[in-house]
Amino acid sequence: MGILEVKGVNKRFGGLQALGNINLDIAENSVHAIIGPNGAGKSTLLNCLVGKLIPDTGSVLFDGQSVLGRKPYEINQMGISRVFQTPEIFGDLTVLENMMIPCFAKRDGSFRMHAFEHSENEAEIIEHAEATLENVTMADKRHMHSASLSRGDKRRLEIAMCLAQDPKLLLLDEPTAGMARHDTNNTIDLLKRIRDELSITIVIIEHDMHVVFSLAERITVLAQGSPLVEDTPDNIKGHPKVREAYLGEAA
Amino acid sequence: MLGLNKKDTGLLLIVAVLALFAPIIFNPFPSDSAMAQFNAGYPDLMQRFVIFGIFAIGYNILFGLTGYLSFGHAAFLGVGSYAAVWMFKLLSMNILPAIALSIVIAGVFAALIGYVSLRRSGIYFAILTLAFAQMSYNLAYSVLTPITNGETGLQLSLDDPRILDGAPESVGSLPYPTLLGFEMSDTYVMAAGGWQFQFSVGYYVCAVVLLLAFYLSIRIFRSPFGMMLRAVKSNQQRLNYTGVNARPYTLAAFVISGMYAGLAGGLMASMDPLAGADRMQWTASGEVVLMTILGGAGTLIGPVLGAGFIKYFENIFSKINDTILHQWFAIMPDGIEDVLVALVHPFVGKGWHLTLGILFMLVVIFLPGGLVEGGQRIAGLFRRRKTDNDGDGDTGSSTSKDPAE
Amino acid sequence: MDAIILQILNGLDKGSAYALIALGLTLIFGTLGVVNFAHGALFMIGAFCAVTFSKFLSISYTVIDETKTDFLGNPLKVDLTYVEAWFGQSVGGTILDWAVPLSILMAIPVMVIIGFIMERGLIKHFYARPHADQILVTFGLAIVLQEIIKYFYGANPIPTPAPDMFRGSFDFGALLGFDANTIIYPYWRLVYFLFAAVIISAVFAFLRFTTFGMVVRAGMADRETVGLLGIDIDKRFTLMFGIAAAVAGLAGVMYAPINSPNYHMGMDFLVLSFVVVVVGGMGSLPGAVLAGFLLGILESFASMNEVKSILPGIDQIIIYLVAIIILLTRPRGLMGRKGVMEE
Repeated sequence: MGILEVKGVNKRFGGLQALGNINLDIAENSVHAIIGPNGAGKSTLLNCLVGKLIPDTGSVLFDGQSVLGRKPYEINQMGISRVFQTPEIFGDLTVLENMMIPCFAKRDGSFRMHAFEHSENEAEIIEHAEATLENVTMADKRHMHSASLSRGDKRRLEIAMCLAQDPKLLLLDEPTAGMARHDTNNTIDLLKRIRDELSITIVIIEHDMHVVFSLAERITVLAQGSPLVEDTPDNIKGHPKVREAYLGEAA
Repeated sequence: MLGLNKKDTGLLLIVAVLALFAPIIFNPFPSDSAMAQFNAGYPDLMQRFVIFGIFAIGYNILFGLTGYLSFGHAAFLGVGSYAAVWMFKLLSMNILPAIALSIVIAGVFAALIGYVSLRRSGIYFAILTLAFAQMSYNLAYSVLTPITNGETGLQLSLDDPRILDGAPESVGSLPYPTLLGFEMSDTYVMAAGGWQFQFSVGYYVCAVVLLLAFYLSIRIFRSPFGMMLRAVKSNQQRLNYTGVNARPYTLAAFVISGMYAGLAGGLMASMDPLAGADRMQWTASGEVVLMTILGGAGTLIGPVLGAGFIKYFENIFSKINDTILHQWFAIMPDGIEDVLVALVHPFVGKGWHLTLGILFMLVVIFLPGGLVEGGQRIAGLFRRRKTDNDGDGDTGSSTSKDPAE
Repeated sequence: MDAIILQILNGLDKGSAYALIALGLTLIFGTLGVVNFAHGALFMIGAFCAVTFSKFLSISYTVIDETKTDFLGNPLKVDLTYVEAWFGQSVGGTILDWAVPLSILMAIPVMVIIGFIMERGLIKHFYARPHADQILVTFGLAIVLQEIIKYFYGANPIPTPAPDMFRGSFDFGALLGFDANTIIYPYWRLVYFLFAAVIISAVFAFLRFTTFGMVVRAGMADRETVGLLGIDIDKRFTLMFGIAAAVAGLAGVMYAPINSPNYHMGMDFLVLSFVVVVVGGMGSLPGAVLAGFLLGILESFASMNEVKSILPGIDQIIIYLVAIIILLTRPRGLMGRKGVMEE
């Protein structure tokens, strides 16, 4: 039994079957990619995992517990962190403050009235935040206003914010979308390091095959809301059904 | 000092010095000179500076930090005033229980209204708070007349029970609010040369409360709680997916700012023991928004500056009449003098609100960061010129910026 | 039964005003995405157009009427308006009498121009700014406009009567077969309701049947796509702002005989109109109209003595109460579209 189990998930929007009978079993500490042409339901599936959408039927179990009906912050507190397609960071805050917030959330839970401590005195929080920044080689930028970071750096910051929480599961929604080649490669390297050095399960939704094949251990191909195949990267590459799904889309 | 870093301690000290010596600092002109009308160092006006300063400091904790635009905060100030006057009527003329009750009642009110309003954000939130405030205002005017005394406003009367105070010392005159045996209206006038400095008990009570309120606000700004509030403003989606439940944070900020408003209302009633529904009107809520923005929303000192600025100019502008204008422009030739007076006339005296509206627009259009940002920009200009002279093109300071300065 | 009809009728005129203002607010919000707190001021300016026009018409000069004498035996001096001098007693008198409806002719161009100036001069620069800034700057503008009016017209309400033939009331009850004098309704209020109905239909017809309206509706639904089609949406939206201003202005013109215009009537109506927009559903034109009438009628019912004796003060707060309940249970309002200003 894996860390994340998706069983028989269906989701309809009006007349459109966005997800049809999705079953997934994601093993702990693996990197699992979900690919598929546009409109295959990748983002809908992801949104069902993080509490933004509630599936019509089926179950989503994380670590043996259902996530359905829980709010996004509750799901995060269970140990799922999410990276968005366009980097979502706190643009008005400095890089270090961006890092401190997930650290507080990890330590204090979803709410704590800590109005009288001084942020600068939170030594262990700052230490942890800086160490994580160091890990993504952004320590030198910690006093920068995060809105003024480059897109690649914003992405790295967002990933670092997720890592600072020590999540059990990291969800990445097209982490290299809209990035220059150079930034894409940097991000891939970072994700590879995370995969190799930390024990985190990673689920990645991606369009860019280069990214998928350099990271994933297993791949699920979605087409029109249903899983087409699930296999290792090598087997997926030559799979006739996958070609059909993609080429069919191209034609 | 006091759990603050050097910079914040400095800021607190500046405010403390300003507040303590205000009766002297704001009275730069001899009392018989023509400029005496520009003096602000008399108790009534200084109390207004300070009370609205407290109101704006509190409002800033909500609006400046979380970005939630409330259009109903005057309701909490009004509720605070009513609570305080009732304490004066029923319990005692001592201001401490009155102010304590103001804060508590305003806090409870804010909790109720905030709990409902904060389920929506953006403009819905603004309209919800507006609707609640208008509702309170209408109720205070109509059905709640037994509590609020409707249009006349709530006042002290001779036959109030005041159970703790015992029999009144002087029969036939209304008592004054007191603290430790001092009456709020007690004033010591010091004449020094042509100057007259007035040191009033009421003002110093307000000033001490302001310092406490300001100190508390610094602590909140610098705390992890304050950081969370800024995160709410910056990106609520990210905050949600970072495991933080934004609503209790915003509710806490709302209640705190409501309590500040209640405190301001209680102080207002302590200085002058009456309370009226017009304090709750939505234009009054608009005024505190303006003070906060004019000074600089999200900055520590901004709201205090904004409150002082507006209350000072309100006082000055509304006192200017045509006679004074003619005096000013007397040096001009007659025709030009009349034209100038006619031009300025709509903006002064009763026209103060016109000036206020224009000011409001100008600030929002040109200086969304308020006076503090304006000051920083000017300071930045000088700094840049200096570094240019040094031949050093370092622009690192523009990228690293203390967000809550 | 007659009491119910009476309350519905009583609610209609206020409801008409709410609906017209809310319609303009929604047009502006839907097309430009701007929350206009100065919209009530436009309503108020409309009412003062009527005041100005009446005053303008009654400019007079003094003539000596030889046929009459005053009590000292001198020839009587009478004020004769230019209108009467030019058009003769009967035509001139009619024009004077019909000052309020006639001022529509003046109000339309004035309001459209004010709308243009507002949009081009101020609002345009706030499209990209946060909603809070839009609210604040238009709030400032509202104060400025109302203070300007106060400066020129004073703080007291200025009575502006309706034409003679519409003064007084008629027995609506008798018409419907109830007892006489059960439902008495002033003529002008009926005129106001019919006028509002015409304006509302005109706006809807305009949006429905003209190409211009089609583009505007498309733009309300999906601004980006329409922009991509190479249509200069901004220019049309500017015109839309002018139209919204004119609608609010006309609502004000015709409202002048119902409540004597004063400088703060705009603010009074604005808050309620916002509530109406929210209840109707942000961005929904039919919703705004529906909610306007509903709330007007509801308010009228709440002010019945029978209701007030059970729930004292309910008439003061009913609209806000409804808004709060709607916002909490049905955040999109009665007819709101999905995705408009949601969290």
